[in-house]
Amino acid sequence: MRFYEYEAKALFARHDLPLGARRVVNSADEARAAAAEIGGPVVVKSQVLSGGRMKAGAVRFADTPDEAAAHYQAVLPIIVNGERARAVLIEAQSRVAQEYFASVTWDGRAKRPVLLFSDMGGIDIEEVAASHPEHLSRTHFSSLLPVTERVAKEGIAAVGVSGAALNRLTPIVHRLLLIFLRYDLTLAEINPLARLEDGRFIVLDGHLDMEAEARSEHAALLDELGIDSSETRLARPPTAFEIEGARRNAIDHRGVAGNVVEFDGDLGLVIGAGGGSLTLFDAIRRQGGRPANYCEIGGNPSVAKTANLTELILSKPGVEKIAVMMNVVSNTRVDIVARGVIKGCLRAGVNPSEAIAVFRIPGSWEGEGFKILEHYGVAYCDRSVSMFDAAGRAVAKLGAG
Amino acid sequence: MPGIFIDIEVDEAVASDAELAQKLSEVCAVDIFALRNGKLEIIEDNLDECVLCDLCIEAAPKGALRVIKLYE
Repeated sequence: MRFYEYEAKALFARHDLPLGARRVVNSADEARAAAAEIGGPVVVKSQVLSGGRMKAGAVRFADTPDEAAAHYQAVLPIIVNGERARAVLIEAQSRVAQEYFASVTWDGRAKRPVLLFSDMGGIDIEEVAASHPEHLSRTHFSSLLPVTERVAKEGIAAVGVSGAALNRLTPIVHRLLLIFLRYDLTLAEINPLARLEDGRFIVLDGHLDMEAEARSEHAALLDELGIDSSETRLARPPTAFEIEGARRNAIDHRGVAGNVVEFDGDLGLVIGAGGGSLTLFDAIRRQGGRPANYCEIGGNPSVAKTANLTELILSKPGVEKIAVMMNVVSNTRVDIVARGVIKGCLRAGVNPSEAIAVFRIPGSWEGEGFKILEHYGVAYCDRSVSMFDAAGRAVAKLGAG
Repeated sequence: MPGIFIDIEVDEAVASDAELAQKLSEVCAVDIFALRNGKLEIIEDNLDECVLCDLCIEAAPKGALRVIKLYE
């Protein structure tokens, strides 16, 4: 769940990160008054969740309050990557000597959080990584042990920053690491992090992304920041199919059979377990299949919950077959999932033996599960068939009609 | 709606035993049993949620309650 810049800065302010004077405004009059109150030149920044504001003309510089009011009127209607402005941020302009980049995110391969730091901030970091790799450091750290200033210092020093700049940057980047861990973020980024002409450092822009499932943990904070629980903050508005998936998942507290994302393919997916959803989704695509949906199933959902999800997926126009596949399961039971998908098929008015292209869930209670599948004539396979090969079988079956 | 995977048969003597009905409603994790008007009621909508834990079988007198797998 992404934060708007003004929300990110509100959180940064709580942790004493250095910020310029700023006001969130919702009218030209407020923009004029904010610029006058701040005093001196200001930046007028449209508040959208997407990047590319500068290129779209949604960030402008004003020397006077009247100019700030005019810029407010100009940036407000600008659609940036399909997004309309939530509000406008008026912020004091800074005299910048150098820009830096600091970002904390998860490294899926290392299975640890990583600090990315560069002394070439303000530009696309992928570009820095490609053309100036010596200007980008990657410092992994533990999410279990207390994170010290040493992590920040190592990351900053690795790109050649030393002396006063190193000493001043270290506590700022350290606080960013703490914010990342404390609020269950998937991204905490400051770009640019500017060194001013007088040697001070200041956060010019920030991006925060919170793990969606951690929202309830931080409900009080989100409430204080004015983020309503109904705001999905996704890359696009959810489809009716996805909303219905979320509704069905929420009916029953047992396990997960939801997190449905709609795609335009023709093969329905009931997938999950230990990261299996992403792997299996990729496997279907690699095998030439076109998924109709992504979903996650795990944590031993009830039969009713699995049946509800299956029925929903089969209700999608153009979806006649589903692939039921999971990684090797431990706490989720094969027989319970088997009952659920078969029940969902029957409720959808289709024959499970025809609608289930492949059932590949090995693990807990698989013997009982396989008995159920045999009873209904559903093709299944055990762990001797890889997830990739199972995906291939499903795609082949769909092609065979 | 009856279960399509699981059915449960209970002897009449068990079904009319309020104390046993209460015990069964407590041991079942998926709410298949309930005590209604002093008698045991089986909640058909929950039958397919049975996790085959056998706690109900152990709670009832030997042979008086049977969990039937309809797929066998």
